[in-house]
Amino acid sequence: MSHRLSGNEAVAYAMKQINPDVIGAFPITPSTEIPEYFAQYVANGEVNTEYVAVESEHSSMSVCIAAQAAGARSVCATSSCGLALMYELLYVAASCRLPITLACVNRALSGPININHDYSDSMGGRDAGWIQIYAENNQEAYDNFIMAMPIGETPSIRLPVMTCMDGFVTSHAVENIELLETDVVRRFIGEYNPEHYLLKKENPLAVGPYDVSPYYMEHKVLQAEAMKAAKARILEVAAEFEKISGRCYGLFEEYRMEDAQLALVLMGSTAGTAKAAVDKLRENGVKAGLVKMRVFRPFPGEELARVLAGTRAVAVMDKSEGFSANGGPLFAETRSALYDLKERPYLIDIVYGLGGRDVKVEDIEKVFSRLANIALTGEIGPLYTHMGQRSKEEMA
Amino acid sequence: MVTNNMVEIRWHGRGGQGAKMACMLLADVAGLEGKFVQGFPEYGPERMGAPITAYNRISEQRCTIHSNIYYPDYVVVVDETLLDSVDVTGGLKEGGAIIINTPGSPQEMRIRLPGWTGKVCTIDARRISEDILGSNFPNIPMLGAVVQVSGVLDTERFLADIEESFKSKFVSKPQLIEGNMATLKKSLAEVQVG
Repeated sequence: MSHRLSGNEAVAYAMKQINPDVIGAFPITPSTEIPEYFAQYVANGEVNTEYVAVESEHSSMSVCIAAQAAGARSVCATSSCGLALMYELLYVAASCRLPITLACVNRALSGPININHDYSDSMGGRDAGWIQIYAENNQEAYDNFIMAMPIGETPSIRLPVMTCMDGFVTSHAVENIELLETDVVRRFIGEYNPEHYLLKKENPLAVGPYDVSPYYMEHKVLQAEAMKAAKARILEVAAEFEKISGRCYGLFEEYRMEDAQLALVLMGSTAGTAKAAVDKLRENGVKAGLVKMRVFRPFPGEELARVLAGTRAVAVMDKSEGFSANGGPLFAETRSALYDLKERPYLIDIVYGLGGRDVKVEDIEKVFSRLANIALTGEIGPLYTHMGQRSKEEMA
Repeated sequence: MVTNNMVEIRWHGRGGQGAKMACMLLADVAGLEGKFVQGFPEYGPERMGAPITAYNRISEQRCTIHSNIYYPDYVVVVDETLLDSVDVTGGLKEGGAIIINTPGSPQEMRIRLPGWTGKVCTIDARRISEDILGSNFPNIPMLGAVVQVSGVLDTERFLADIEESFKSKFVSKPQLIEGNMATLKKSLAEVQVG
């Protein structure tokens, strides 16, 4: 079915098609529309989800944890400070091995307070043990949400999944989208029948008790193993999804990388803008390409290293600061992934787009022109820089 | 991808005037006609009366660019008072046009657009809306005007498709469909090109 929907509408529609058992609902810009649209579906009787309106995001995630522990399928949506307020519960959900699905509509995390897009919210939760999948546009936001449960609920994985889209840029932009039929989605998702759950009368289970030192480490290793195993499962689910949708997904998307000498590594909607820049450069004979990271947790380091091995110069573009004083989070992962290569490309980090600072095709072309210069001279200049901020003179 | 057959439109309005809604409607209807579309607002803190900007890209191939529009083909000004505070013709392509909601003529408006030598179009969207709907909702007549001036959609088909779109949008207020259709038709007929 061809439609025109915003990213928020698309994810709310995916939720409707899935018909989860429970939603923990609390509004925060720019994700508010998701529980809002979903409330209409509930009111119209189009789903039989238990809609739990709560007083904070700490509670919405708590509702999801409790419901999922009881053996139900639960979802929620949030952004920015809302995700931050869930912070403790993100860890609880992951360590209890509860495959909750969370739609994160990325927005800058305070302060100063700002409602526009960057990844500072979900990057803050990157070590919480959630699978994280990022979308370039409304179509991918919809598709990723539908793929989340078959990934997270697999018995060998049992991890919560965060599907991320760019706040406003994707969440509030109406674009063309292909929707699947609801019965196709339901078949794809299947029933959620966990082996163990709180209310199983034959074998009731305690969830989330204190874990003493003689056991804690074993649990953490199991969690780490599950995250490693998730990579293969994500690809399996993508292959099954391609059969019902015709749309092909990997751990990342390689765009014109076959013979690329200059490449970008980046995420989200900027990848779309950068594709236009790559096309322009290719027309002028520049061997440009890009890798759009779709899955950030688990991080596909070995696969990424293989793709970048043939390049001469690479710019990682981070849309969150991280304040490590050594580059952003995507840079840290990418640089680490390249360590084992015998011949590594030159690598720089560019932090850009914070708090919704717009990025244009021309901005991306400038990054490629810097890469061309690095490839030519072998001089990388400063390792880690910011792009798009005004100078003191411009501010005056 | 930037291609010659992509039309880019920038909307300037004030919070509460419905510029965003008109922008979204245009995307929806153009999509219904088989075009690839984008309709998106530029968000800041939302306040009634504050200047807002919204954008449309309409093309034959999917456009992957997700930046704002800096070099539009058409600019729609839903509130005439913005001419004094916003650089509405900034980046507007020479062969394009600006369409302003005003009782004034294109000649009168041109004086207020120093440096702009391209087409200036005017439509009294407020009067049309007040005459037909009884209150000031300038966004729908402005939508009619930009479709007429840009030729981005066939006007007959546009009218048929948007009526369908209204039917789903105004399920609970069907009385609004007829009035909005009348404002559209009037603005298609009355827009002045100078």
